Amino acid sequence: MQADLGIDEDEEKEPVALAKVSARSLSVYYGDKQALFDVDLDIHANQVTSLIGPSGCGKSTFLRCVNRMNDVIEGCRVEGSIRMDGHEIHAPEVDVVSLRRRVGMVFQNPNPFPKSIFENVAYGPRIHGLSRTRSDLEELVVSSLERAGLFDEVKDRLGEPGTSLSGGQQQRLCIARAIAVGPEVILMDEPCSALDPIATARIEELIDELRATYAIVVVTHSMQQAARISQRTGFFHLGVLVEEGETSKIFTNPEDARTQDYITGRFG
Amino acid sequence: MSSPGPAAARLSEDARTRRRHAADRRFRLYGLSAVVLALLALVALLGSIAFNGLSAFRHHQLELEVTLDRETLGLPDGPVDVSDLRGANYMGVIRERLRALHPEVSSRKEKRALYGLVSSVAGFELQQLVLADPALLGRSVRVALPLSDESGRYLKGDISRETEESRRKLNDRQLDWIDAWRDQGFVQSAWNTRFLTGGDSREPEVAGLGGALLGSLWTLLVTLALSFPLGVAAAVHLEEFAPRSRVTDFLEVNINNLAAVPSIVYGLLGLAVFLNFMGLPRSAPVVGGLVLALMTLPTIIIAARAALRAVPPSIREAALAVGASPLQVVVHHVLPLALPGILTGTIIGMARALGETAPLLMIGMVAFIADPPSGPLSPATALPVQIYLWAESPERAFQELTFGAILVLVAFLLVMNAVAIILRNRSEKSW
Repeated sequence: MQADLGIDEDEEKEPVALAKVSARSLSVYYGDKQALFDVDLDIHANQVTSLIGPSGCGKSTFLRCVNRMNDVIEGCRVEGSIRMDGHEIHAPEVDVVSLRRRVGMVFQNPNPFPKSIFENVAYGPRIHGLSRTRSDLEELVVSSLERAGLFDEVKDRLGEPGTSLSGGQQQRLCIARAIAVGPEVILMDEPCSALDPIATARIEELIDELRATYAIVVVTHSMQQAARISQRTGFFHLGVLVEEGETSKIFTNPEDARTQDYITGRFG
Repeated sequence: MSSPGPAAARLSEDARTRRRHAADRRFRLYGLSAVVLALLALVALLGSIAFNGLSAFRHHQLELEVTLDRETLGLPDGPVDVSDLRGANYMGVIRERLRALHPEVSSRKEKRALYGLVSSVAGFELQQLVLADPALLGRSVRVALPLSDESGRYLKGDISRETEESRRKLNDRQLDWIDAWRDQGFVQSAWNTRFLTGGDSREPEVAGLGGALLGSLWTLLVTLALSFPLGVAAAVHLEEFAPRSRVTDFLEVNINNLAAVPSIVYGLLGLAVFLNFMGLPRSAPVVGGLVLALMTLPTIIIAARAALRAVPPSIREAALAVGASPLQVVVHHVLPLALPGILTGTIIGMARALGETAPLLMIGMVAFIADPPSGPLSPATALPVQIYLWAESPERAFQELTFGAILVLVAFLLVMNAVAIILRNRSEKSW
C-alpha cells in the first residue's frame, strides 16, 4: 500500500534505505526561537521508536514534523529534510493531505470527534473515498476497531457518541480512527499520559501488536514505558537529539553522560 | 461558651466562620433581590402594556339591517358598471337607516351628531359587499358596521358619563343613543381581525398592523439572508484562515467599533448609498433589510468568532491528522460545533434589528402607507415605526392601538427567539 506522494523516484538514494522515515539536519523554529537543532533520526518499519526527554526538549516538535502538523502553527519554520521511503515530504509537489493519510497520529489527550463511534472511525475513509459501498465501509470500521482492540467492547453501541467512552477506550478509538485510513507510520504523542495504569497497559499491548504492520513512533515521559514497548529509543535534550539507538543499549549502557543522568533520574 | 478542646473548636462555629457565613448569606440575598427587582420591573412593564393594549384586539360593531336602495345609493335603474358601484353613496344608506332608528332627530346639528357615531369609513364595508355580489342591490342585508373611534372608546369604558360633558367628545345625547343601541342588541363585540391583517389608516377604528407586520417580515428576511452568510463567512475567514497580521488586527478593531456605532448612522449611510447613489426605491423593505444587515453584521461576526474560538483545537488537530483538508475541518467539524453559539449571536442581532426604528426613519419607511406590501420592493413600514407613528397621532383611540402594537411586536420577538432557540437546541443535541 504505497500511495503516491506525487514525485518521481528519487535520484540519490539515502544510504539508510531501510529506514521508513529518515530525518536529516532537521531544525525547527517557532518565530525566533529554535526548538530543534540539526536532528538526524531514522524510523524503521515494524519497530517502535520511542522518544524520551524532559519537557520542552523538542520530541513532540519532531513528531509533528513527520506528518507536517507544524504547518498549521503560525510562525513555525522547518529546515532540513525528512524523507519517507526516499521522498522528501517537504517537496512542493507533496500533498499534505495524502501525507497525513500515510502518517497517522494519536494525541496526548483522547480527542474523538463529537460524533458516534462508527462515524469517528468512518470519517477518514469517507473523506479519502476508501470504500465504495456502505458495507465496505462497515467492514473497514469493524476491522479497524478490532485491530484497535475495541470492537468487543463497543459492538452493541456503535451509534453512541465517541465521547461517552472511558478515557482508555477513547484513546483506542482514536487509534482505530488513525488505522482506518491505512497509514504506514503511526505517531503517538504521549498516548498514555492521560490514562490510568490499566488502560495504559492495554494501549501498550496494542502498540506491540500494531508494530507488526506499522512503523510506530511514541513520545513518552515514562522511561519504563519506553523500555517496555520500544525497540529503538531517541533521547532529546534542549532541542538536540543527544543519543539514539537500540532501547536496551540506551537504558543499560548509554554513551552520553546526559542520557545517563536522565535515565538514572538525576534531572528531567 | 465553655472552653472547648482544640478538636471541638475546629468543628464548631467560631466568630470568624460566623462572619464568613453571614457574608455568604448577605451576598446571596443581594443577588436574589436583584433578580426579584428585575422580575418586578419586567412584570410591571409587560403588565401595563398588556393592561392598556389587550383591548385593541376586541372591537364593537353596529349590526344593522340596511336596505340597498338604488335611489338612496344614487344609482340609476337598469344595468350599472363597477365604477358606478364604487362611487355609490353607501353612507347615504347607513344614514337613512340611522334616521329610521331615531325618527325624533331632526336638526342638522343633531343629525351630524348621530351620523358621527358610526365610522366615517363604514360605507366602505357596504361597498365591499356590493362589489362582491352586485345582486344584493335593492335587497336588504345585515351588516356589521364599524363604529367611530370615540363610540368604541365609550363602549370599552374609556369615556365615562361622569366626565363633564364639555370635556368629552361625545355629548349626553350621543351616549344615550349608544346605550339604546346596546340595549336593543345592535352593538356586537367581536375580535378585531382588522387590527392584525389590515393596513394603516387615519381612522383608528379601522387602522391595522398588517402592513407593518409584513414590512417587518420582509425586512428581517432580507437582513437574515444577507447578514448570516456574510457574517459567518467573515468570522470563519478571520478565525480559521487569515494569518494574524496588522491587517487582521485592524479589521478586528473596526468590527468591534462598528458594533457600537449608533443605528441612526447606518440609516444615514443607507440614505446616502442605497437611495441616493444606487437609486433603490424609497420606503422599501429591501433597503431597510440592507441597512439592518449592515448593523447586524458586526454582532454576528463577533459572536461567530467567539463560538469558533471555543471549539477545542484538539478537534481540528484530530481532523487534520486523518487527512482532512482545511475546508473539511471547518465544514465537517468546527462549524457544526460552533453553530449553537453562532445562532445565539444571530438571535441577538436579529432581535435588535426587529426593534430598530431610527435607521428606518432615514430611508423613508416612516411614510403613511395604507396598503400592506406585496414584496420586498413595495413601500412598507415596520412594526416599531408603526408604533412610533401611532404614538404621535392625536386621536385618543390610537393610544390603545399603540399598546396593542407593542404587544404584537413583543409576541413577534418571542416567536422569532423561540424558533431560533429550538434550532439551536437541535444543533446542540448532536454532541
